[in-house]
Amino acid sequence: MNQRALRLTGSTRVLPGFGLSMGISVLFISLVLLLPITGLFGQLADLSLAQYWAIITEGRVVASYMVTIGAAAVAALINAVFGLLLAWVLVRYEFPGKRLLDALMDLPFALPTAVAGITLATLYAGNGWMGKLLEPLGFQVAYTWVGIALAMAFTSIPFVVRTVQPVLEDLPAEVDEAAMSLGATDAVAFRRVIMPHLWPALVTGTGLAFVRSLGEFGAIIFIAGNMPYETEITALMIFVKLQEYDYAGASAIASVVLFVSLALLLAINIWQGRFVRRLHGGKG
Amino acid sequence: MSIRLENIAKHFGNTQALEPVNLDICEGELVGLLGPSGSGKTTLLRIIAGLESADRTSQPSRIMFGERDVTQVHVRDRRIGFVFQHYALFRHMSVYDNVAFGLTVMPKKERPSNGEIRARVFRLLEMVKLEHLAKRYPAQLSGGQQQRVSLARALAVKPDVLLLDEPFGALDAKVRQDLRRWLRRLHSELNFTSVFVTHDQEEALELSDRVVVMSNGRIEQIDAPDTLYHSPKNRFVFEFLGDVNHLEGSVNNGVLTCGDAYLHVDLSNGPEELLLRPHEVRLAEQASDTCHLPVVVTAISPVGAEVRVELEADWLAKPWLATVRHADFERLAMKRGQRLFAHPRQWHRFEEEPQNTARQTRAA
Repeated sequence: MNQRALRLTGSTRVLPGFGLSMGISVLFISLVLLLPITGLFGQLADLSLAQYWAIITEGRVVASYMVTIGAAAVAALINAVFGLLLAWVLVRYEFPGKRLLDALMDLPFALPTAVAGITLATLYAGNGWMGKLLEPLGFQVAYTWVGIALAMAFTSIPFVVRTVQPVLEDLPAEVDEAAMSLGATDAVAFRRVIMPHLWPALVTGTGLAFVRSLGEFGAIIFIAGNMPYETEITALMIFVKLQEYDYAGASAIASVVLFVSLALLLAINIWQGRFVRRLHGGKG
Repeated sequence: MSIRLENIAKHFGNTQALEPVNLDICEGELVGLLGPSGSGKTTLLRIIAGLESADRTSQPSRIMFGERDVTQVHVRDRRIGFVFQHYALFRHMSVYDNVAFGLTVMPKKERPSNGEIRARVFRLLEMVKLEHLAKRYPAQLSGGQQQRVSLARALAVKPDVLLLDEPFGALDAKVRQDLRRWLRRLHSELNFTSVFVTHDQEEALELSDRVVVMSNGRIEQIDAPDTLYHSPKNRFVFEFLGDVNHLEGSVNNGVLTCGDAYLHVDLSNGPEELLLRPHEVRLAEQASDTCHLPVVVTAISPVGAEVRVELEADWLAKPWLATVRHADFERLAMKRGQRLFAHPRQWHRFEEEPQNTARQTRAA
């Protein structure tokens, strides 16, 4: 009787608190995520379509897209390679100081990005430790787009390591052993057995790193040099517009970054979902 | 292909996983490595496979496959098939691709043509009765099916020896029974040399031509299953191969006493421990002049050919297990809480010194 009464009132969920926790979640997302975005679009309402288009296709701004996307792509690719390597080392081998290295991976998240930017700029400037070594070789890092990529790589490396690491931990060493016992060379085992498992995580991590780099400001601004048309990043363009009290212009440029980031994240999610379904036998 | 191990030892850190071991396995033999966890059986198997390397010791160690010295040969060139306890299937590949893997990674000039690979994979899938599931992914198969895929995958490269690490350990009892029977049949059909690891004595005795019993990194005994069961070389082997009841007490003038229980034995004075198998315990309503072992029935399991009865008494440190025929069970009208007397049909004892493995079995 009791059970039936329960079912009639519709409380058949075993896990309690759905209404409350979902409500708080939605409220939180609205306040922290949706409200600012709405504000952004609100600003855009002041612009006509022609004005909007003029702002986002202005020569200096377009140049900043190129610099930002180019440097972010290079940084993401570098992070894909080295992040994978770091995750591999952290998961597969035992060595003294492993815990420390593991903790160090999160440093870019913990460090204020401006601090990182100033440190990098000091290191790689012509009179810095690294700059002194590199500049005589004709290799200028600070105040070029190489420096921008370097700063981006620094702030976004944890994304790759932290997404690949758990997947790699989940892949038993037995699988490599099985591949080798079947005659596969190390390279073939890596390419045909290990990589297919890591692809989704690696692409997700690299994608996150790329998107993070698109929006990075603090770490880059000190090392970039900020030469118009050459080493100006999009985030700086937004900042410049804000300083001119051109809020609508700043929002217009920001919306471009937002759309590119969202589209990329969505694409990665869809692609990954498809892959994961196959691993779990088509059951989702 | 025969396997010959000479002086194989292995340590991990400070623990000696394997004392120097010698072992000969004949061509076409199915050998079980049996032992409790930590006995070194899996380590030994992995060394045979080349997944671990043996220690360098003062005496040279060698692993021979037939006439081929494979001691320094990498696992990929040893021509072994290895079946893992948890299958280790490639989850992103279909069943077909899993089985074909070993063939497709061969160097170009040795690799069979695509048609040949296809034919061979389907022959193997037919053998493991999974040809209808070739397009499925491992996650869509049951445990038993996955293990069969893993076996087909290992056999695809025509290995010289097949090595199986607790192949049925992760499966439930019914499936395990089926797979065992099926492996036995496959083995006699294809006649490859195989070594498998198990901690299940029943599995080892049922499947193997010979069983290697191991404990603490040592080989305790190597024998055919029936020899092993009927004449265990030492106490460890005896205890590991089945349920054992212990009777501990001190002998004085030919009588072993333990609390209010006693048993006439022809042994010299001193502390003694006698061992009895469950089927060597007879239960009766009366004690006899030479045997007074009062017990209380605490649990009854009437499943199977015989009734398993658990017995307790205050003179027993651990409960005894006895197997009784259904007829006797009914005649004595056994029920929980009933007081009965145990009569050993026969008992065994092992000398304590490890060097002297003298064993006595006496009818009582």
